[in-house]
Amino acid sequence: MSGSRLAVEALSAISLRDGNRPILRRVSLAVDTGEVHGLVGESGAGKSTIARAILGIIPSQVKITGGRIGFEGRDLLTLSPKELRAVLGRDIALVPQDPSTALNPARRIDALMTDGLRLKRGLSMKDARLRAHALLDEVQIRDPERVLGSYPHQLSGGMRQRVLIAAAFGLEPKLVIADEPTTALDVTVQKQILRLIRALQERHGTSVLFVSHDLGAVAKICDRLTVLYMGKVMEQGATAEVLAAPRHPYTRALLAANPRYDRPDTGLEPTPPEVIAALRAEIAAFDVSSEAPPDG
Amino acid sequence: MEHWSATLATSTTDTGPQPPSVAARLAGDPKVVCGGGFILFLIIIAIAAPLVAPQDPLAQNLLMATVPPAGFAEAEPGYLLGTDGLGRDVLSRVILGARVSLTVAFVAAGLACLIGSLLGLLAGFLGDRADAVISRLVDIWMAFPPVLLSILLVAVLGAGLHSVIIAIVVIDWTRFCRVVRIETMAQSQMDYVAAARTIGFSRPAILFREILPNVVPVLIALLTLEMGIAVVVEAILSFVGLSVSSDTPTWGGMIAEGRQIVHEGWWVLAAPLVALFATVVAFNQLGDGLARSLDPVLRR
Repeated sequence: MSGSRLAVEALSAISLRDGNRPILRRVSLAVDTGEVHGLVGESGAGKSTIARAILGIIPSQVKITGGRIGFEGRDLLTLSPKELRAVLGRDIALVPQDPSTALNPARRIDALMTDGLRLKRGLSMKDARLRAHALLDEVQIRDPERVLGSYPHQLSGGMRQRVLIAAAFGLEPKLVIADEPTTALDVTVQKQILRLIRALQERHGTSVLFVSHDLGAVAKICDRLTVLYMGKVMEQGATAEVLAAPRHPYTRALLAANPRYDRPDTGLEPTPPEVIAALRAEIAAFDVSSEAPPDG
Repeated sequence: MEHWSATLATSTTDTGPQPPSVAARLAGDPKVVCGGGFILFLIIIAIAAPLVAPQDPLAQNLLMATVPPAGFAEAEPGYLLGTDGLGRDVLSRVILGARVSLTVAFVAAGLACLIGSLLGLLAGFLGDRADAVISRLVDIWMAFPPVLLSILLVAVLGAGLHSVIIAIVVIDWTRFCRVVRIETMAQSQMDYVAAARTIGFSRPAILFREILPNVVPVLIALLTLEMGIAVVVEAILSFVGLSVSSDTPTWGGMIAEGRQIVHEGWWVLAAPLVALFATVVAFNQLGDGLARSLDPVLRR
């Protein structure tokens, strides 16, 4: 893909703690310039591992065994910590999952926001502060001065997530990784946050990798999506097509599991047993050392 | 950015209730107000000692020996707390003794805090080998009985204020190291540290900008408690004659002198004891109050 901003290619990873269990199996996905790409799957499917691998914060018990993460013609996996630090915050930024823990409780919002702007964008303290004010304005925070002077615990969850979104997009990165940004919020706020991310993304032409298990959120915001299950890509394509006519049985099961109020609750339909059996067989046959490509 | 003023349909009014500021919380905590107030009072008195002391604390007058405090039958005017066995004014000596106690409290506790918390920060943040080395050092260090070690140290270094301070620093840095190490480890696991890493901050920036501000409240509380401990240790060393020379009044030295003439003049023993007791209680209460008021988690 010529227009892709981020290209994850055949990424494999294992969990060292769990008997070298594979957690990513030759995952490939591409986020195009200016698109919102959904990364969907249930807990443990490997969504967060991909996000963390891009950001260089892989936990110590996870080991990347193969593949590359192409970004601007370079492989992020081979960068030195110093080179990666230069890319992070300037070209790639994160909107974290839980706004209640992702903000430093001992620092005021202005300190948190101006830090990145000064260190990564080279602004002076005064300019950074003005910029932070403007950014909070842009995410529809009504009284930016008061918020800038507040500690995180003085703000509501929705406000904190707005601050984090403003901080991430404010660095003018080329790629924003949104790691389940609405999971910790209540439903009424979720919608506003999704709309906000989409608006900012369109305005700045940012590419977004939107990690979520919420198909409703993905349907609203994503141009294309990748469905992940047990560390393997099940299906990939334009959001409307995949959701309207899912080809893979797992995607169908995932869609059916989404509770809907416009039809009686049929309960959670389990993943078809034949799908699980096939995948389990594949995992058992997966040889970490040889890195043999399993049939796609 | 030409779109700053652009707005979407939604508006945001959700603001949590505003809790009182840290300063207001501190002012509203009786432990902080009483403990801190007493310490402040003591600091002023110690600095202004020559002006405040009613008599020359060193002037002996054997004709005026063991005069009881005001209110007793043989009390003399101008000697509010009476005189000691050499006729020196007890109140003036207690006031001057505060200088040594407070000097030791601030300098020794401050240095122990600085060294201990730096090592604790490094051990907690770097982990692995640095942590193993520093932690074992602390374990070995803490195996020595502290009072014995301090007496031994001062005996080797020679009596004097600087030896007392060195002894306290050498023994008590471990307190800070252990607490700061654990606190730093806990903070390092927090999401906000991971978030700071994803902005590409360097490790020193994360340690000092992100983690340290969260450790400081614990540190301040611990520092205050340590000041109380330092006052006691100085008194112990003065009591056994290992602190400053005997012509400078110290509470510990006065207690030692008072012990010998407790049957002729109990007040010579009682006055420095009460001063010592009140000071340590004040430091402990202040530390307790600060720990409560400054904790970022409890602050909400």
